[in-house]
Amino acid sequence: MNEFVERLISLRWAEPKNSYDVVIVGGGGHGLAIAYYLATRHGIHNVAVLERGYIGSGNSGRNTTVIRANYGIPEAVRFYQRSLDLYKNLEEATERSLMYRQKGLLWIAHNEMGVRAERARAEVNTAFGAKTEFVEPAQIQEICPQLDMSGGGVWPILGASYHAEASTARHDRVVWALAEGAMQRGVHVHQRTPVTGLLRDGDRIVGVETPNGSINAGLVVAAVGGHATTLADMAGLRLPIRTHPLQAFVTNHYELEFEPIVASADLLFYASQTARGEMLIGAEIDRQPSYSYRAGHHFIQSCSFRAMTLLPFLANLKVLRQWTGICDMSPDYSPIMGATGVDGFYITTGWGTWGFKAIPAGGEQMADLIANGETPELIAPFSLDRFARDRTLADRGSAGTH
Amino acid sequence: MSLYIQCPTCGKRPLEEFFFGEIPKVPDGLTDPDERDVDRAFMHENPEGPVEERWFHAFGCRRWLTVTRDTGTDEIC
Repeated sequence: MNEFVERLISLRWAEPKNSYDVVIVGGGGHGLAIAYYLATRHGIHNVAVLERGYIGSGNSGRNTTVIRANYGIPEAVRFYQRSLDLYKNLEEATERSLMYRQKGLLWIAHNEMGVRAERARAEVNTAFGAKTEFVEPAQIQEICPQLDMSGGGVWPILGASYHAEASTARHDRVVWALAEGAMQRGVHVHQRTPVTGLLRDGDRIVGVETPNGSINAGLVVAAVGGHATTLADMAGLRLPIRTHPLQAFVTNHYELEFEPIVASADLLFYASQTARGEMLIGAEIDRQPSYSYRAGHHFIQSCSFRAMTLLPFLANLKVLRQWTGICDMSPDYSPIMGATGVDGFYITTGWGTWGFKAIPAGGEQMADLIANGETPELIAPFSLDRFARDRTLADRGSAGTH
Repeated sequence: MSLYIQCPTCGKRPLEEFFFGEIPKVPDGLTDPDERDVDRAFMHENPEGPVEERWFHAFGCRRWLTVTRDTGTDEIC
């Protein structure tokens, strides 16, 4: 954290207590949002957020900051639209600048099947409250003049779905704003505090063990990224989750404005411009499961090749930075939220490559669940037991990895 | 990922030539038959540490090979 930010926000660190009403494991966006909404909406202040590194050091600081609601199934569209609506007012609510900016997102189709898929996306989105329309090539060129409409002669652009409300925000600022909001209302955030075990009383989880001693908890919420299965193992819980790396990179400064977010499901990449003018490009997860943060040259090579097919100007830019996050991938590419069947142990996971956009709604709904003891209707379909009930929420085509 | 994989037929070759196959291990059996079915459909071990897995030398000899990889560090043993 640099001094510029430290002057703007005030994080109040406290000594750990022996006992809290709620202990949230994972000090990323989701964990802090749960604490924030518990404190602001429900008056539950006796809460601790435990983070093994520093807040936002996991996937909250490694994502590509896209906020959108153009999913392919009703349950997801409603949930992510709720998140988008909360994001729109989050600057006002937290009284912090989050560099929230509405950009619009083009999801490009290169063949008949893709056109059908994007038309269907526009229909489902409109029906369930997200603002998405199908646009023809002429409109696409108007929205994004940099696009090569012939796709290098190989991937012609035949149409796209345009999600006008898609936005980006500065991810660190979201984390810090939520942390500050929670801490001002008495929530404790403990950094450098990994959870090494869970305390049990019979079948119930009643606290966590850390290297600094154990902490009793009325309720433990798992909000970790990457190591969700490790924590669930401690509770004797199996999760249908595999951990995959996801890489992204930024180029140096592009001198013109690049307004929208551009994505292609066939070419498997997406691109947007950061506030600094860098072009930010991401793609698909690595196929092999791994917990390693290693980034590879192969990724830059194949991803930039595909991105240049549609955006030829990228060829003149240089790669500045590359990084990796490790993602909890669920079998149906939808998140898992709510009760687990283990008493005193709630979970929010399966955020895969799409967690950043869901931070406010995920936090809000989980806080509702914790405060009222009843699963809110909005997240009920995302329960862990949906796999055993054969009610999976298959939406791989909308994950699009951003 | 390591940059190279040792192929028994072709020797040390760049990672890009290979496709990831699967970790062939079936999860440990659970006693409840209902859970076993869910297990087979959705569950994986997701281990952090050395695992034996299958890779396919797609842009080489086009044979399958078994590789031991540490999923914590991505070192190929």
